[in-house]
Amino acid sequence: MTLETFLQNIANGISLGSLYALIAIGYTMVYGIIRLINFAHADLLMVASYAAFYGILVFALPWWVSFLLAIVITTILGISIEKIAYRPLRDAPRISALISAIGVSFLLENLGIVLLGARPKPFPRPEEVVWNIHLGGISFLSLAIIIPVITLVLLIAVNLIVNKTNVGIAMRAVSRDFETASLMAVDVNKVVVTTFAVGSGLAAVGGIMWSLQYPQIDPLMGVFPGLKCFIAAVMGGIGSVPGAMIGGFILGMGEVMLVGLMPELSGYRDAFAFVVLILILLFKPGGILGEHVVEKV
Amino acid sequence: MDAEKVLSTDDITIRFGGLTAVSKLSLDIYPGEIIGLIGPNGAGKTTCFNIITGVYAPTEGKVYFKGKDITGMRSDLITKEGIARTFQNIRLFQSMTVLENVLISKHVRLKANPLEAILRMPRYTRARRRHYEECMELLRQVGLEDVAHEMATSLPYGKQRRLEIARALATQPTLLLLDEPAAGMNPQESLELMKFIEQIRHRFELTILMIEHHMEVVMGICERITVLDYGVTIAQGTPTEIQNNQQVIEAYLGAVETNA
Amino acid sequence: MDSRKGIKTALTIVTLLLAAAVIYFGDSHLSRFQIRILNLAAIFVILGLSLNLVVGFTGMFSLGHSGFMCVGAYTAAILTMSPESKELIYYMEPIVPVLKNIEWPVIPATVMGGVVAAIFGVLVGFPALRLRDDYLAIATLGFAEIIRIIVTNTISITNGALGLKNIPSEKSLWFYWGICILTILILKALINSSWGYAFKAIRDNEIAAEAMGVSVFKHKLLSFTIGAFFAGIAGAMMSFLITSIDPTMFRFLFTFQILLIVVLGGMGSLTGSVIAGVVVTIAMEWLRIVERPMHLFGMDVPGIPGMRMVIFALLLLIIILFYRQGLMGTREFNWDWVLDKLGVAKSKERGVS
Repeated sequence: MTLETFLQNIANGISLGSLYALIAIGYTMVYGIIRLINFAHADLLMVASYAAFYGILVFALPWWVSFLLAIVITTILGISIEKIAYRPLRDAPRISALISAIGVSFLLENLGIVLLGARPKPFPRPEEVVWNIHLGGISFLSLAIIIPVITLVLLIAVNLIVNKTNVGIAMRAVSRDFETASLMAVDVNKVVVTTFAVGSGLAAVGGIMWSLQYPQIDPLMGVFPGLKCFIAAVMGGIGSVPGAMIGGFILGMGEVMLVGLMPELSGYRDAFAFVVLILILLFKPGGILGEHVVEKV
Repeated sequence: MDAEKVLSTDDITIRFGGLTAVSKLSLDIYPGEIIGLIGPNGAGKTTCFNIITGVYAPTEGKVYFKGKDITGMRSDLITKEGIARTFQNIRLFQSMTVLENVLISKHVRLKANPLEAILRMPRYTRARRRHYEECMELLRQVGLEDVAHEMATSLPYGKQRRLEIARALATQPTLLLLDEPAAGMNPQESLELMKFIEQIRHRFELTILMIEHHMEVVMGICERITVLDYGVTIAQGTPTEIQNNQQVIEAYLGAVETNA
Repeated sequence: MDSRKGIKTALTIVTLLLAAAVIYFGDSHLSRFQIRILNLAAIFVILGLSLNLVVGFTGMFSLGHSGFMCVGAYTAAILTMSPESKELIYYMEPIVPVLKNIEWPVIPATVMGGVVAAIFGVLVGFPALRLRDDYLAIATLGFAEIIRIIVTNTISITNGALGLKNIPSEKSLWFYWGICILTILILKALINSSWGYAFKAIRDNEIAAEAMGVSVFKHKLLSFTIGAFFAGIAGAMMSFLITSIDPTMFRFLFTFQILLIVVLGGMGSLTGSVIAGVVVTIAMEWLRIVERPMHLFGMDVPGIPGMRMVIFALLLLIIILFYRQGLMGTREFNWDWVLDKLGVAKSKERGVS
């Protein structure tokens, strides 16, 4: 590998890692609060991308208006999913809630196929956002800078919300102990809705940036990034926002480097994340920054 | 190790993160005794049961059962060694009848393999019939025979507690651990329970270690008592000694004050 | 111990004979299309039953079923294809010499499909079953994907993404429903045995089960492996039914359909899985109508591809939100119920099996 391709890989790894991190934060927050893998989170990426796609190409809105609208629509959808499909099952066996989550995910994906068509569509890249940068011998997209910067800004914002605002403090209380928090007059529903709103908003941003980076969208586009981001969240320690960030970066970098260093293994690229997941679950189930919780007898 | 002791814990300590739930607990239990383990809420009593039965491995210290080191052994193997327990929050198998709940304990004694079971080969059916009769006999002895085919969770609370004990007895233990058997019972029911425990202790030649909050039960049937407070053993002795122990009184009064 | 045992055995035998008669006449009188759908139903019944054993009876939320099915399907296909077909199809990379000249009959290949899937079941279950609930779900899903990715990349064994064609075809109802009924009988006997109760004890309360001396991990692994075995059998049957397979068939989507059968029928009811397996398969075929262009009331309605899956996703959500027990809950069909209805008297004492 030459120095140029190495640097190229680093740039790719950073932007992929940032995307993973951004989406993983949504998973980790939701899991931290209601202990449920929100399978539908992955499909929110797809919804946001299509909303932006239609905004720009069909309704001819300026790109930034489309992006904002897409974020709003996705956030509302995320909150609605919680209200309709998760809240009624809060006291049900966990298996039921999981099945519900899988059901929502499949509904969104198949509705996507029915309403939007299964064929991939090219995602528009606004010139103001995506351009080529030449630096020495290497050239890369502006996204390699924009994505990490946006991720960093949003991460700081989320950290401020979680640590400094009242609802953030309530969030941490609920994630510690759901029942006790509700006994202490914390409005649990408000906390859950806020969590879903923030998580879905981040998924929307993640989805749009994903589509800018890999400008082909289809109704199943969220599935693999979604699974991998959940893995990133587990790797970092589920429930921990900085953990999700670290997990996302390691996974993104690892994937890019695996393919870069050993091109003959590129067919196994998607298996890499799962292998990592299984190793983590077996040897350090709490993740890098998480704590291992013992079941109470 | 002294083989005569049924159970002996040697300075067991367990820490969860920064919290020491049980600290240097030493218990020695001799055959046929009924020992009480008491203390305010959160004193580490159930944790201590969980260590003895292998749910948790202690951070430090050893557990010996009939002289054998069973520290950190798997729960099901400890049950096989001869320690059985009940749970503070009743843990019956809710999809099963009373009889089926008790029959589970015989599963481990089956010598037949699953294939023999599927084909209903004689070695399996014979063993199964014998287990069925043993369990019915046990239910007769504990007075649950008439509800043998009822769903376990449809029983009244008191009988569910009794079934938990019956289920533990079906594993043929030498040491029985009872975790708050009288919880939620009125004085009349507690009295009956005390008689019941006395009965089974003689009939099944048991040694019993029990956690209990009802002082009249503990003082009534326990021969020796250990008092825990925040994981630390603050007193050990006969019921009379414990009742007059200044530290115990303080621990309980303190607990009452903070609770109020 | 049971006064009606004789009657019940007789009824079971009569039912089996009736089933045989139905299969016999079905084979000669039904159209090829109808037979094909019924055979597909038999496969889905087996899949539903085996996933129900794992999820419904043992309480392990596994999402890896499509992976085991994939293993069974490929094993059976490779074992039965003729050397000439293999030479023709493996044009990217020739097949490894060991497998080249193997040409087994259908039934041993089906059993082998189950056995190899069961071996994978042990390999996956050994690490994964230390996890619970959603962690187990995501890990098994991950393993299924890994299996699929391996199959896609080991071209000299599986022919990679191109898949396999010209797999010997098996059309008879006897083959599919014979295996299906055998599976029902085996799993029913297992569930009603001491092992079945041990599985249910683990599902009801893992800690109490362990305190009763049940080795939780061993039993979980046993249940998981048996589930993988039957998933492999079903996968093998699938190869013989559709005669061409490729790795994309065994996506997670497939596990979703099986999960729908389990939830619709009732988690913890074999009867439910049998009914739901047949209903879902037939409904899935019937609903193809909505995906084809139609001529309704003088108007041309275009077909909507993917609509079936929307309906199924909605169905799953409605069941889990409003009707969590499914069709049967944990109840089973049994002769006692029938005999009670018919007013046949019985003595009070009941036995165990």
